Amino acid sequence: MRFRQAIVAALEDEMEADPSVMLMGEDIAVAGGPFKTSEGLLEKFGPNRVRDTPISEMAFTGAGVGAAIAGLRPVVEIMFMEFLGVALDQLVTGAAKMHYLSKGELTVPLTVRASIGSGTGFGSQHSQTLENWVTATPGLTVVTMSTPQNAYGILRAAIQSPGPTMVLEPRNLYAVRGTVERGAGGMVTLGQAEVVRPGNDLTVVTMGQTRTAVLEAIAESGIDAEVIDLITLAPWDRQTVLDSVAKTHRLVVVEEAPESGGWGSEIIAAVTRELFGSLSAAPFRITTPNVPVPYSKQLESRYFPQPAEIARQLGQYHATGTVPTPWWVLEGLSNV
Amino acid sequence: MSDTVLHTSASSIERREALRDDAVAQYERMLEIRGFEERLNVLFATGAIHGTTHLAIGQEALVVGLAAELRATDIVTGTYRGHALALALGMSPRAVLAEIMGKSEGSTGGLGGSMHVSDDAIGLLPTFAIVGAGLPVAAGAALAFQYRGEDSVAVAVFGDGATNIGAFHESLNLAAIWKLPVVFLCDNNVYGEYSRINLTTPIEDLHLRAASYDMPADVVDGMDVAAVREAIAKAVERARTGGGPTLVEAKTYRFAGHSRADTAPYRPEGELEHWQQRDPLAKARQLLADGGAAADDLDALAGSVGASLDAIIETVQSLPDPDVTDMFNNIWTPPTGPHNEKAAS
Repeated sequence: MRFRQAIVAALEDEMEADPSVMLMGEDIAVAGGPFKTSEGLLEKFGPNRVRDTPISEMAFTGAGVGAAIAGLRPVVEIMFMEFLGVALDQLVTGAAKMHYLSKGELTVPLTVRASIGSGTGFGSQHSQTLENWVTATPGLTVVTMSTPQNAYGILRAAIQSPGPTMVLEPRNLYAVRGTVERGAGGMVTLGQAEVVRPGNDLTVVTMGQTRTAVLEAIAESGIDAEVIDLITLAPWDRQTVLDSVAKTHRLVVVEEAPESGGWGSEIIAAVTRELFGSLSAAPFRITTPNVPVPYSKQLESRYFPQPAEIARQLGQYHATGTVPTPWWVLEGLSNV
Repeated sequence: MSDTVLHTSASSIERREALRDDAVAQYERMLEIRGFEERLNVLFATGAIHGTTHLAIGQEALVVGLAAELRATDIVTGTYRGHALALALGMSPRAVLAEIMGKSEGSTGGLGGSMHVSDDAIGLLPTFAIVGAGLPVAAGAALAFQYRGEDSVAVAVFGDGATNIGAFHESLNLAAIWKLPVVFLCDNNVYGEYSRINLTTPIEDLHLRAASYDMPADVVDGMDVAAVREAIAKAVERARTGGGPTLVEAKTYRFAGHSRADTAPYRPEGELEHWQQRDPLAKARQLLADGGAAADDLDALAGSVGASLDAIIETVQSLPDPDVTDMFNNIWTPPTGPHNEKAAS
């Protein structure tokens, strides 16, 4: 099935299992979702459980918080991550504080889904990943997905999670096909990174759609890299990453976001602190340049770290232990 | 004596229930709120409490009138000007003060402070320190009640300033199209922080804004506890019986400044004095006197409330501070077993 159908399957299975699970979002009911990620669910579960909302992210995200406190398990869809900007207060300052401010009496089992990322030609206001809007909030779990199978398992786990959980879905992957095992065998444990490919030469940490790009780059370069899909960005799985780097002594993080302020800095800071003495080369990040996401197809594909660029950088790092220069600096387009 | 008067040993639910249909209890609670806020002002001024505070002196009738009409299963969202609401809904002065003083016995264990008092037992969520933030959450709680076919209601209490933020308009719209059992209670105290309403808002009759959402609205003298009760009773009844949301505007006046540091020099001359002549406590007392209450008894009531509060302050000041481990608790929600446990229960 396609990635987007795996999302539908996860929603369907959770709604079957738990009558308190309900969906809210723009165009998710009658239209089945702008990306068809709730197709058929209105017909199956009815309008009380699958609700079209006005274009009012602040209201329906906040309503998700209130409904969760009052005993429902709402799944709120933010059509594009950018639209969360007007509702961030409800999630970061509201949902993530309620448990803390009630001596643990209140829980907010709210799931907020948002589509993220570039590659679809939607331009600078509909193509960002923006995970750093939400990863610095204690109490708010942030997860991503990268295959139809883990999309299914992660979303189900997020809905079952007792606290507020933000699910970031790379929309460029919605059409990707893969086999999906439904039910218990298809579940994913939140907070646990996935070692996608074991290896000994170096460790590469990915998130979302950089996973596929990295796997292609490695196939191309022949480097025996250990690839870790972080999956949960907050709180992230330190142990799996530390164990891997303790073995490979080298670390690269590949991010789909501007170089400044990225989540990879967090990974590298923690690894450097813990394993400084055992590193055989400086860890580094492969990111997008510090620019908004451009529209032109040619430019948008340069923006995202392409397998060839990743292979070039990993190859140099592996061969020499030196940190490669990103393409935009090599080409004199930017100093950093 | 003090325990009997203030019900300090009673649960918060019992304290709220005590207000129902009892004008003396309502007056007494208003005295308690006034006395609490006035003493708090002194405690802040003398440095006994750190941080900030937002007093609701002059606005007692609104919260007491509201509390007298709610049930234990209802949910209320309030604002950073929330001590009065918490006391009215039934929290004990000791629990509220302990929180404001950052003590471990406080309602959030000293992790929230003045702006975040809460009590799950009476449905008071941690009060919101972001203007307007409580409205969508109240709408969501109402959605849960409607979803399960229950007749509980959610109430969002907010100030006039909140009617200019998107959350207000989005929430009223959402509540109206879904006919949610929610009461939007606007405490129009004339000032949004340091700015008078005429400087920030093109109308002063804020209930008129409900018309855009085809929502029933009411406007009430917020200095009159009986009038507030009547309006709340109607709105709550409408919500409980499937009639959807109501916007209730209560006209009040903030006798204090915005927060601790604000002496409100921006008020027009005579405005405060004008409103002080409509003091809700004086009005409530007059009504009791008209009904035959003896002046001596009413004086005695005020005296005993004050004495009780003084004793509580004495006690709370000596309570222990939180342990440093407390700030690391209740951040991540622990798994509680089967994920549908709550729904099934």
